[in-house]
Amino acid sequence: MTTTLTEAPPTKEPEDPAPRKPRKRGRLVPYWLLLPGLLWLVVFFALPLVYQASTSVQTGSLEEGFKVTWHFATYWDALTAYWPQFLRSVLYAGAATVLCLLLGYPLAYLIAFRAGRWRNIILVLVIAPFFTSFLIRTLAWKTILADGGPVVGALNSLHVLDVTSWLGVTADDRVLATPLAVICGLTYNFLPFMILPLYTSLERIDGRLHEAAGDLYAKPSTTFRKVTFPLSMPGVVSGTLLTFIPAVGDYVNADLLGSTDTRMVGNVIQTQFLRVLDYPTAAALSFILMAAILFMVTFYIRKSGTEDLV
Amino acid sequence: MTSAQETGGDVRLTGISKTYGSFTAVHPLDLTVPQGSFFALLGASGCGKTTTLRMIAGLEEPSSGTVHLGDQDVTSLPPYKRPVNTVFQSYALFPHLDIFENVAFGLRRRGIKSVKGQVGEMLDLVQLGEQARKKPHQLSGGQQQRVAVARALINHPKVLLLDEPLGALDLKLRRQMQLELKRIQTEVGITFVHVTHDQEEAMTMADTVAVMNGGRVEQLGAPADLYENPRTTFVANFLGTSNFIEAEVAATSGDDLVVKAGDCKLTLPAARCTGPTATGGKVLVGVRPEKISLAHADDAGRIPEGRNRITGRIADSSFIGVSTQYVVHSPVCPSFEVYAQNIERDGRLTPGTEVVLHWNPAHTFALDAAQDIEAGASKVEEDASA
Repeated sequence: MTTTLTEAPPTKEPEDPAPRKPRKRGRLVPYWLLLPGLLWLVVFFALPLVYQASTSVQTGSLEEGFKVTWHFATYWDALTAYWPQFLRSVLYAGAATVLCLLLGYPLAYLIAFRAGRWRNIILVLVIAPFFTSFLIRTLAWKTILADGGPVVGALNSLHVLDVTSWLGVTADDRVLATPLAVICGLTYNFLPFMILPLYTSLERIDGRLHEAAGDLYAKPSTTFRKVTFPLSMPGVVSGTLLTFIPAVGDYVNADLLGSTDTRMVGNVIQTQFLRVLDYPTAAALSFILMAAILFMVTFYIRKSGTEDLV
Repeated sequence: MTSAQETGGDVRLTGISKTYGSFTAVHPLDLTVPQGSFFALLGASGCGKTTTLRMIAGLEEPSSGTVHLGDQDVTSLPPYKRPVNTVFQSYALFPHLDIFENVAFGLRRRGIKSVKGQVGEMLDLVQLGEQARKKPHQLSGGQQQRVAVARALINHPKVLLLDEPLGALDLKLRRQMQLELKRIQTEVGITFVHVTHDQEEAMTMADTVAVMNGGRVEQLGAPADLYENPRTTFVANFLGTSNFIEAEVAATSGDDLVVKAGDCKLTLPAARCTGPTATGGKVLVGVRPEKISLAHADDAGRIPEGRNRITGRIADSSFIGVSTQYVVHSPVCPSFEVYAQNIERDGRLTPGTEVVLHWNPAHTFALDAAQDIEAGASKVEEDASA
């Protein structure tokens, strides 16, 4: 003890306020726990965002280098050049979200109320596609929807393709490389993100509320309309957001299942960044997309009025 | 309050039963609830009282038997077509609707457009007029309970079913709501069927109580009748407390029965014996704790003639304000309970004292000895989730 005292006084110093230390450390624990996450966010979210923001107002070329010139016109130029892709992204993602809701709600309802002992097995099946790579699954859809394949044949003989081409989402009796293929791909890939939140909020509904509604003269269909559905709104809202937001920015489905006519804003950003190497335009497009999503989501949450349900 | 327009009619259950797999929740039972009465189904958790109630509501399909409301057979009607409403155990108020819309729910479902007046009137009846635009979670338990009652009553059902409606309230509020519900029932004149595990609640509120045990109705009657003349040890123990002495019929003298327990003779009216009355028959002699007087052994001579007597020693005494509760060890009954009113307290009556218990023979009843003496003795105080 004496040797350490003479040899290494700095190590002795933290021992001195020993009686006060535990309390102080106890108060600081929450902040220490917060630190890793905070650091992660700063390094991998905040810094890249700032970097991209500065990129979006730079001018120059790859050879000369880019300089911050506060050239905000890039935003306007990007928007005027690529508004069709923006619109298309919103339409495709919107269509896929609606389809996900229509397909996912009955399934989530079934799992929550009717599945009994099969509930966990069905939930595992819902998540099972995640065991395989997103890319491989999307490529598999390419085979499924291939020209002359069984799906196209069946849709053709059922005259479904007549309806879809009248709607303008397919053309020339084929599905691949049409908007329909992209929407199908988006729907398929984001369906679990719809089902899981829906299931969670449906499962939380007290079964006695259904009984109470029945007891108060509501037919099963009325019970669903007046009690079950309104109470599942938090799930509907979070499910649609979890589906719509990533779907709007997605480029893989449009890339693999679509054609040059189905390019979404994600494809444009990807091309600008990786092929054209026009970083400012790509960054500006990213920020416009982010702002647009933020705006739409805020409006949607206000409109759905689920604040006091969540 | 406009009372029910419908002619109503009795609730009649005929041979109704419910089985889940190999478990029988309710054995075939017949029950008639007279129109306009306050009827209580009383029993411990799992005795089948809630299942019986749910079969009346249509929330549970009976395995056999029929349910009649007045002349109408409603056995196969789904709940939303039955003129019956339920106050659920945890109220089951719709959390996304405000109080007004909760109460208006039933009216709207029946296509009634102008609900405002009726809902306002109903909310006034349960004293919640001010709270109409609040959400259920903003109300206290007692207020939520009243909303649940209002939501059911506004439909003028032929029968109002109440499933442990006061179970979640604290004791004081429960007492208050018991009186409140009784008042409302008297005011609207609708038949109430009330499920509870609280014997005091059943006795204060109901005109008729059906005591259920193991899926069967043990006994049915007015509260005072059930209390004074229990026909089984379960009823005797579940409603209040009873002291039982194992005895043997020794003789009959006029209208009285003389029984022997150990070396003491007890007398009781023969009419109050539901067990064997022939000489040699084994019976359980019962007497309620509050009917018994306690005298110090030295004063035994002053006890009037013709009273039943038992000697014993005080094992325990506890002062609880209005009365003092004694536990007395006696050769014929290991722990005899005596509740003595605190009018003139005898200071000598402390644990260890030799005493004589005496009571009027008319307050004695006797049951068949061939049953569990302890049945129903452990009062169910847990949150009944029957």
